[in-house]
Amino acid sequence: MRSSSATERPGFVWVAPALLFFGLFGLGPVVIVLYLSLTSWSGLGAPEWTGLDNWARLVGDDQVRSSLGITLFLTALCWATQTPMALAFGAWAAGPQRSRAVVSSIFFLPLLLSTAAIALIWKAVLDPHFGMPARVGPMVGFDGDVLGDSTLALYAIAFIVLWQFLPFHMLLYQAAARQVPASLYEAAELDGASPFQRFLRITVPQLRHTIIASSVLMIVGSMTYFETVLLLTNGGPGNATRILPLYMYARGFVAFEMGYASAIAVLLVVLGTGLSLLVVRVTGYTRMTSQREGV
Amino acid sequence: MATDTHVPERDRSGNGAGRPPAGRTGRGPTLRPRRRPGRRPAYAAGVGAALWLVVVTVPLYFLVVTSLRGSGDYMSQGPLAIPETLTLDNYVNVFQVGFPGFLANSLIVAFGAITLVLAVGVPAAFGIVRSRSRAVATTFSLFLLGLAVPAQAVIIPVYLLITRLHLYDTLIAVILPTAAFSLPISILVLTSALRDVPGELYEAMALDGATTWQVFCRLVLPLSRPGVVTVTIFVGLNAWNNFIFPLVLTQSESTRVLPLGLWAFQTQYGTDVPGLMAAVLLSSLPIFALYLFGRRHLLGGLAAGFGK
Repeated sequence: MRSSSATERPGFVWVAPALLFFGLFGLGPVVIVLYLSLTSWSGLGAPEWTGLDNWARLVGDDQVRSSLGITLFLTALCWATQTPMALAFGAWAAGPQRSRAVVSSIFFLPLLLSTAAIALIWKAVLDPHFGMPARVGPMVGFDGDVLGDSTLALYAIAFIVLWQFLPFHMLLYQAAARQVPASLYEAAELDGASPFQRFLRITVPQLRHTIIASSVLMIVGSMTYFETVLLLTNGGPGNATRILPLYMYARGFVAFEMGYASAIAVLLVVLGTGLSLLVVRVTGYTRMTSQREGV
Repeated sequence: MATDTHVPERDRSGNGAGRPPAGRTGRGPTLRPRRRPGRRPAYAAGVGAALWLVVVTVPLYFLVVTSLRGSGDYMSQGPLAIPETLTLDNYVNVFQVGFPGFLANSLIVAFGAITLVLAVGVPAAFGIVRSRSRAVATTFSLFLLGLAVPAQAVIIPVYLLITRLHLYDTLIAVILPTAAFSLPISILVLTSALRDVPGELYEAMALDGATTWQVFCRLVLPLSRPGVVTVTIFVGLNAWNNFIFPLVLTQSESTRVLPLGLWAFQTQYGTDVPGLMAAVLLSSLPIFALYLFGRRHLLGGLAAGFGK
């Protein structure tokens, strides 16, 4: 910067209120949850120090293990379905055609509905008595109870998550794809590259920053599947869809074992942040300097 | 960033006039200079998009049609059948089971969270962009770190804080954490809006002997408007759709927000699917209005925050 101003630059006092507020309700709780994981607390009265008891229990808890497995499977499934589709649709929607603009504005509609609304719509659509599978199912010898089937329920949730979040990630890719220099496509076109080759060789590499950002958001966002699962299946049938955040909620706010639930919460924080960092590391995001190499 | 990418595009359309665009119909010389020209259609993506269009619209069609169907008709007709008679009874019923109260609560929470985020977020963004202090730089990285903290994982300590502050079962209890967890992205959007302000403007004000406060009021506030609009929409959506904080921080009907109201409706009147769909549709109408008003800003802001 070449500023040579006599006017004072803003100091720490300008960021202090935001930091204080975020510290209290955002970062503070991360520290407190760590403390609570070392206590026994029913939600009333004062937490009682119990050391590593909750952690010992956590390690031996089969429920945690199965919930962890379901969580990772669901997160992976959602990532593997959303990323390629969002990338393809985003690049497609970045095109100049009027029809694409109209179609993508319809794609964005689920963004306007709350998670609760989406879960309730799909619950009605998938209703085993009056919903769509009830009509279609018998034709293929299926009773139509999608959410009552322990395998199908998990795939149904992944599908509903895709329905809900695809437009958001598509939006990210669309915006980024519009910034790819047209000269790259021009050169590829002169070389006779097909649309698919251009997508694979230009769009995807050019959007790698966005792919990482979108993946990280998906991993952190996989916690929000909690609401979808709570409203659709409440973890059932059996424990088939009981993801870790739901198990934490059940331990904490249904069984009132807040201390043990906090230990699960710490696991969630570590998992979410750890996976995000892993994505960033593996893809070498921090080493990248320019998205415009070779332009 | 945006300006330098447009230049080659404009050049490109100049070149493109020299030779016909490959295999594309309906595309004449009226080409808009900002758009990328000359690509052959991607049929695979087109077919995929058509399929997804069906997947998106069928549940939405179901939502609208079912909300207009009589309860009896819902049981007897197919879920996607075109209804023989349409009725607004479901909407009337929804208004009789507390919907206006839930709506008011959701509006209060959204308004409170937006106000809080902007009140602390805009000065913070100004500080982050213009300050040279080390502490400010550290603060910014703390906010970036905060991006990775999932709200779901900290509901227990937030519950502890709220009960200790004697705010349990109030709307303030919902506003505080909702605003806090919207803050990292909001600050990211606001800082990237302010970073585009040329340094010369600050220097000009400095020459006039303006104080930092005057710079903030006369320069930063007006120029951060696009960012403010984006943040308003983002935080508003967040607050409107928020489920987990109201779920664990409130319990009575007088503090119930819309998403919880929908859930309660489903638990109480589970068989009244048309009524539930009417409630779902009504709860989404304000967001549709917001989308129409701020669509361009919303899309632009999201791109600014993440696309770089």
